[in-house]
Amino acid sequence: MAGGAASGGDATSDAYAPARGWLLLPAWLVLGLVVLVPVFLMLVYSFLTKEFRGGVIWEFSLAAYDQFFIDRGLFGDDPPRIEWAYIQIFWRSIWQAGVATLLCLIIGFPTAYFIATRPAQQRNIWVFLITIPYWVNLLIRTVSMRFILRDQGPLNDFLQWVGVIGEPLTIINTNLGVQIGLFYSYLPFMVLPLYAAIERYNFALSEAAADLYAPRHKILTRVVLPAVKPGLIAGCILVFVPSLGSFLAPDLLGGARNFMIGSLIDEQFKGSAGNWPFGAAASMILLTLVLLVLMVLARQQARAARGAG
Amino acid sequence: MSSERPAAIDVRDAVKRYGDFTALKTISLSIQDNEFFTLLGPSGCGKTTLLRMIAGFEDVTEGAIYLHGKEIAKLPPNKRPVNTVFQNYALFPHLSVLDNVGFGLEMLGRSRTQARARAGEMLELVQLSQFAHRKPAQLSGGQQQRVALARALAPQPKVLLLDEPLSALDLKLRKAMQIELKHLQRETGITFIFVTHDQEEALTMSDRIAVMSSGELQQLGNARDIYEHPRNMFVADFIGETNLLAVTVDRIEAGRAQCHLGGGQSLGCDAVEGVGAGAKVHLSIRPERLFLTDTTPEGEGLTGRVVENIYIGTDIASLVDLDVGFRVTIRTSNSERGAKRLFEPGAQVVVNMEQGAARLLVD
Repeated sequence: MAGGAASGGDATSDAYAPARGWLLLPAWLVLGLVVLVPVFLMLVYSFLTKEFRGGVIWEFSLAAYDQFFIDRGLFGDDPPRIEWAYIQIFWRSIWQAGVATLLCLIIGFPTAYFIATRPAQQRNIWVFLITIPYWVNLLIRTVSMRFILRDQGPLNDFLQWVGVIGEPLTIINTNLGVQIGLFYSYLPFMVLPLYAAIERYNFALSEAAADLYAPRHKILTRVVLPAVKPGLIAGCILVFVPSLGSFLAPDLLGGARNFMIGSLIDEQFKGSAGNWPFGAAASMILLTLVLLVLMVLARQQARAARGAG
Repeated sequence: MSSERPAAIDVRDAVKRYGDFTALKTISLSIQDNEFFTLLGPSGCGKTTLLRMIAGFEDVTEGAIYLHGKEIAKLPPNKRPVNTVFQNYALFPHLSVLDNVGFGLEMLGRSRTQARARAGEMLELVQLSQFAHRKPAQLSGGQQQRVALARALAPQPKVLLLDEPLSALDLKLRKAMQIELKHLQRETGITFIFVTHDQEEALTMSDRIAVMSSGELQQLGNARDIYEHPRNMFVADFIGETNLLAVTVDRIEAGRAQCHLGGGQSLGCDAVEGVGAGAKVHLSIRPERLFLTDTTPEGEGLTGRVVENIYIGTDIASLVDLDVGFRVTIRTSNSERGAKRLFEPGAQVVVNMEQGAARLLVD
């Protein structure tokens, strides 16, 4: 009785198996054409030889990966050492994306909680309000952020007027500028999945926890967060991954010193200074990294989902 | 109420308002230690609101609630030595059965090991030890119900609140759980406050019952009081099945009220406070206290015609249209068919009632 209560039907034992194969075909086609084929092309390009005016020569070469990881000096004849320049860019990107994700989480969770606890007919209005700014092009929003955050911008004017600070804060062209930019760009991707998870949350569980002597912070950490964990992980993935590859916010708010992977790759495919195999190789390394992170998170999520039954 | 110890729960003039809507209108009641106390009423009567006020999930608009003499109305739920069994159990889906039961103890500051040990004992009490490491979703409804019960009892609360805990179970399981709950209450000696809309459940389990309707306390008493001496129309109608007859009181003499029905037939019953001569009120007569006899040539008594006999297992219900214009139900137990006579549909009969069966109701 107890075992049967939780087990669903066996999905593979029905008579519709052949039909299912055909019905899934469109999904497989889309997945193949827009995901697998481009990734495969990139993989191939990363092992080709670069053509100096952009483009590639169809000749196998490991030069792109060699350039990424190994430093052979200016003229290529020094003893090989580890090339830190690109690894540093990667590390900085991961750090920036991580901070942006954390900021999104800190601001996004209370926002999502607030929306999910409004009366049902008000919730859609709040969700709508959250998404309105995102109808404007990302470039324009990022330029506006630059305007708001600059030394003589409205934010600094306001803070000085209130008296919180005496001198204007320098935000543009710093790590913080990039983090704020990324945070602003991807906040809804955190709020929306979290909102969906919290809306489904059974608030009687919070009452049960309070009834069983849990103070507020324990209710949050012991009951609410585990229950909304799938939404939390989804939100983190949706913010972290695009932040990692982003180039608009780093370019416009971070300046030349706060270069991120996105910009690095972007440059390889622009104009005559580019290096397609190197751009493809950097993309492949980024992709591998992201896949590793996703696999860990997906495993976490599966565990959380199993727990929720 | 005369006991030395202060009542387990003492609700004094509690009022609950949501904006303009008054959910509870000045309720006062005392619940004694070790009592199985039931709040009974139809949905929307305020019984769950009152329970949630005692648990601390709803604030008290006016009035006070005392637990063993200590005012608790201002305390948050996690500071009240009171635990709740929720209607849909509200078990933590991500925790094992054992950790669900141990949750309250852990929050009270016990170590996880201690909490688990005690949780294990509680699971033994509700006979679920073999499911300790399952997740709640892997249990049946009845098992989840028992986990919720074990979880609420584990911290040894002074008072256990039960919010329609059996409503999601099927009839047979519900009956078994009623008895199990009653036993558990006796064994643990904890005061139970039980909320239900099921009058049969209330009569079966409770030491005392508070019947509520539209935010007001209608009657407070034990099962027998409430069934046999309903105070008003609502209680008589809500508890069990009854025949309500509109009558006019003719006169009151020596504690007896003489009333008449529309057609002039007169009926006697015990007088109640607040009803004087000339009052138009209702009489409540339980169907099992009526019986049928042959008509007399003089046409005396409450005459009528049998419409239908309905077989309902233990009883047979006879519907009779009285000549004065009411329809009444008469219940004949299948075991007393020899003593009480049944008549075929269409037969002319006289409806008689047992001594003291008619109860005058204050509207």
